[in-house]
Amino acid sequence: MKQYDAIIVGGGHNGLACAAYLARAGRSVLVLERRHVLGGAAVTEEIFPGFKFSVCSYVVSLLRPQIIRDLELPRHGLEILPLECSFAPAVDGPGLVRWPDARRTREEIARYSAKDASLYPEFGREMAQLARLVKPVIDEPSPDPASLHPTELLRLARLGKPFRELGARGIHQLVKMMTLSAADFLDEWFESDVLKAPMSVSGIIGTYLGVRSPSTAYVMLHHYMGEIDGAMRAWGFSRGGTGEVSMSIARAAQAFGAEIRTEAPVAKLLMRGDEAAGVVLADGTELRARVVVSSVDPKLTFTRLVDAKYLPSEFTHALSRYRLRGSSGKVNLALDALPEFTSRPGDGLHIRGDIAVAPSIDYLERAYDDAKYGKFSRRPYINVVLPTLTDSTLAPPGKHIMSCFVQYAPYHLATGPESWPQHREAFGDTVVDTLEELAPGLKNRILHRQVLTPWDMEQDFGLSEGNIFHGELSLEQLAFLRPAAGFAHYQTPVRGLWMCGSGTHPGGGVMAAPGKLAAERMLKERAL
Amino acid sequence: MPNATPFHPRTQALCQSYKWKDWSGYCAPCVYGMSPEREYNAIRNGAGLLDVTPLFKYDVSGKDAARFLSRVLSRDVRALKPGRMTYLCWCDDHGKVLDDGTCAHLGDGRSRLTAAAPALHWLMRHARRYDVTVADVSDEVAALALQGPTSRAILRDACGEVVDGLKFFGVATARIDGFEVVLSRTGYTGDLGYELWVDNAHALALWDALSAAGKRHNLEPVGLDALDISRVEAGFVLRGIDYTGANEALIEAQKSSPYELGLGWTVTLERDGEPFIGQAALEREKREGSAWALVGLDVDWPAIEALYAEHGLPPHVPSAAWRSMVPVYRDGRQVGRATSGTWSPTLKKNLALATVEASVSEPGTPLYLEWTVEWSRQVVPAVVTKTPFFDPPRKRA
Ligand SMILES: Cc1cc2nc3c(=O)[nH]c(=O)nc-3n(C[C@H](O)[C@H](O)[C@H](O)COP(=O)(O)OP(=O)(O)OC[C@H]3O[C@@H](n4cnc5c(N)ncnc54)[C@H](O)[C@@H]3O)c2cc1C
Repeated sequence: MKQYDAIIVGGGHNGLACAAYLARAGRSVLVLERRHVLGGAAVTEEIFPGFKFSVCSYVVSLLRPQIIRDLELPRHGLEILPLECSFAPAVDGPGLVRWPDARRTREEIARYSAKDASLYPEFGREMAQLARLVKPVIDEPSPDPASLHPTELLRLARLGKPFRELGARGIHQLVKMMTLSAADFLDEWFESDVLKAPMSVSGIIGTYLGVRSPSTAYVMLHHYMGEIDGAMRAWGFSRGGTGEVSMSIARAAQAFGAEIRTEAPVAKLLMRGDEAAGVVLADGTELRARVVVSSVDPKLTFTRLVDAKYLPSEFTHALSRYRLRGSSGKVNLALDALPEFTSRPGDGLHIRGDIAVAPSIDYLERAYDDAKYGKFSRRPYINVVLPTLTDSTLAPPGKHIMSCFVQYAPYHLATGPESWPQHREAFGDTVVDTLEELAPGLKNRILHRQVLTPWDMEQDFGLSEGNIFHGELSLEQLAFLRPAAGFAHYQTPVRGLWMCGSGTHPGGGVMAAPGKLAAERMLKERAL
Repeated sequence: MPNATPFHPRTQALCQSYKWKDWSGYCAPCVYGMSPEREYNAIRNGAGLLDVTPLFKYDVSGKDAARFLSRVLSRDVRALKPGRMTYLCWCDDHGKVLDDGTCAHLGDGRSRLTAAAPALHWLMRHARRYDVTVADVSDEVAALALQGPTSRAILRDACGEVVDGLKFFGVATARIDGFEVVLSRTGYTGDLGYELWVDNAHALALWDALSAAGKRHNLEPVGLDALDISRVEAGFVLRGIDYTGANEALIEAQKSSPYELGLGWTVTLERDGEPFIGQAALEREKREGSAWALVGLDVDWPAIEALYAEHGLPPHVPSAAWRSMVPVYRDGRQVGRATSGTWSPTLKKNLALATVEASVSEPGTPLYLEWTVEWSRQVVPAVVTKTPFFDPPRKRA
């Protein structure tokens, strides 16, 4: 029987990136994907005839430019179209648009506060400074502060250098970000709610926390990293939908010789003694490899694929505390015509970026209050994009796709996660009703509606507890702590089993960094 | 004082940036909005509409038209069929390039030559011995470039099925709202695209018809800045920037041959009948080898990031393409100069076009490019790369 160098479990963009890097290094690689399409959460599917939805992930923010170059993704079809602005519509009044043009943004903010308007650019500069400092962290494996290995110490010291350059004020800010809530942190800078609310949400995306929960300020920084790359124009839509990111990586992997199979669910690891020797598919087929690399989340990996008896109890315990707690939903609409926001009617540049339904900090906190008690928010935070305004390949001419990312939709409903299917349509209605208040007439333009609850994300996409990032991106689950202390370098307690998905450093999002770093690590360790 | 093109009433109304420049005596928008980025993206993703009227256009007709053109141009166009267009250059007696442009066979023995610089005098001087008429229609024919993946859909909506049969470098005549337009499937962006040629009288009607059809297909007016980014990605040389026309060069060293510009493929040395101007010199150069070569450079981005990081700065690239002479080195010795470059938003690479000594022009050759950060001159690695840097299948499909 053929033995591969590596079998990769899961054809999400990280599994595919890992495969591409391994195949590029001359290794024989097989990718096994459970679903009929590749991409995982970075997928495009024609859910309604003629309309191609980015079913889950809808904007590409942190896809590493180095990976685009290494794998020559543009040659394999990847084209990224920048998202230009951010619009926060209001029920009455013009709302707020943040433009790439500093002057226009200043005028927008000055409607609400002249002081905030003048401070806004300074805030951006300060965040960019801090984000730059954190950025090397996402381009390299995480250093392990507990390790006394000289290379680890050296890497820590190198990361320390920019910290010293940051000066007292910078360090002050950073410490604040690690402890304060997004709302409190922004309060130190700004006074107008209209500005603070849409800014604060980047602190809560994918977490089961509110904008007033401590340490959410830090998560905002992760999003500013997208913006530094933004200067390098990496923040935007992928032409053909987010699935094209995965597909272009898949094509690159195949060009390097990797094999990819869909509709090939892995049931469990094939063991030789207490080492991984391959996988067993759901239909009983056994496939052998020198290493198995799991791109599915840590919970699935260590509860489904691996028999618990091979895991040290300390590790099992650490993982049981790993927080997944999905809190987001997604509603994808096929529209007959563009929505008209009362705030600013008509087509225009303002609706070509992202549209944030986040009118005030209180609104966001109330949305969280519902979630705390196991309900979906009666008036949720919604992040809307209309990708068809920039990408004409997604829908018939003149028709549109409205993609709505929604928070909070807690996996753990008071009535239990398995009750989600009964609440699915009510949740969809809530989202549409919320939008209808801002864009009357929307309902009549809907041709088709797809509602994705955290339960669906778990059942259909293999995201445990519906967590969009394979585990919250909170401070205690990042870097050398992801997924568990001592296992941040893609290895696992089971020999021959590695990890390369969003549950590993540097975490979730369509950045392909975990896949690449895992491959590099394995090659360096001569694991295969 | 530059002139207004026939499209000026429309372009002026749309140009919010107030940024214009002089293009061959016409004022042309550099960028309509804030930055060229969205216009660049229109070209690569939707479609861009660009006023290219300032190109020089010459109609050549008469019994000897093809023979005459093949005499003055470095490419033999006698076999060019009606309904076809081709890219070429023309040289002086010493085989040094005067200009580059296109030649279209419009049918009925009529051809149209486009040029970046005035060429009337040159054409007239050589026309004497031939039965041809050379007409300068530069100021009578207005031109638009419609470039990008949705350009075909827009044109089909605007002028019907004639577009469907139009192959890469094909030319056809179409009717829009009762007036005639010449369409060619050509452009300067390296993408799927068309150029449209129309009498001045119908210019505005053409603009309006395309704008209306473009509403559903992500059409944007685009300026020269966005064009410049895409043409560097496409590896197209620009006269006056990447090379100096031989008739404008002040010294020999400023002149270039087609081979040196990477345009050797457009030169037809093998031909019967009359030789073309510069043929002997080019035959010699072909035999003996060229001194210089125009190449693409892929400039190492992590190295640039590192240079900026040394200054404590985030990496920075201008949002528009640059055009200046920048030294290129190998082993500490200067071996040439980059003449234009851009950050490629599509490839996420920093690209340049450079003229280097032929001995270091093989793809893969590692060179160094000067890069200035905070007034401090440094060098960064740059690898010789085949052009076009970006060549999507849809361009020809
Ligand atoms: C609704 C939603 C919105 C999001 N929005 C954004 C966004 O806008 N921007 C952004 O950057 N990120 C976003 N994210 C996060 C981002 O999409 C994910 O972090 C990322 O796509 C995960 O990639 P991955 O390859 O690590 O894992 P996955 O994409 O989860 O891939 C794992 C793959 O493994 C497969 N699989 C599971 N079990 C098995 C098995 N037993 N055998 C074989 N295959 C198996 C799954 O089908 C899946 O294809 C969003 C996520 C969701 C869910």
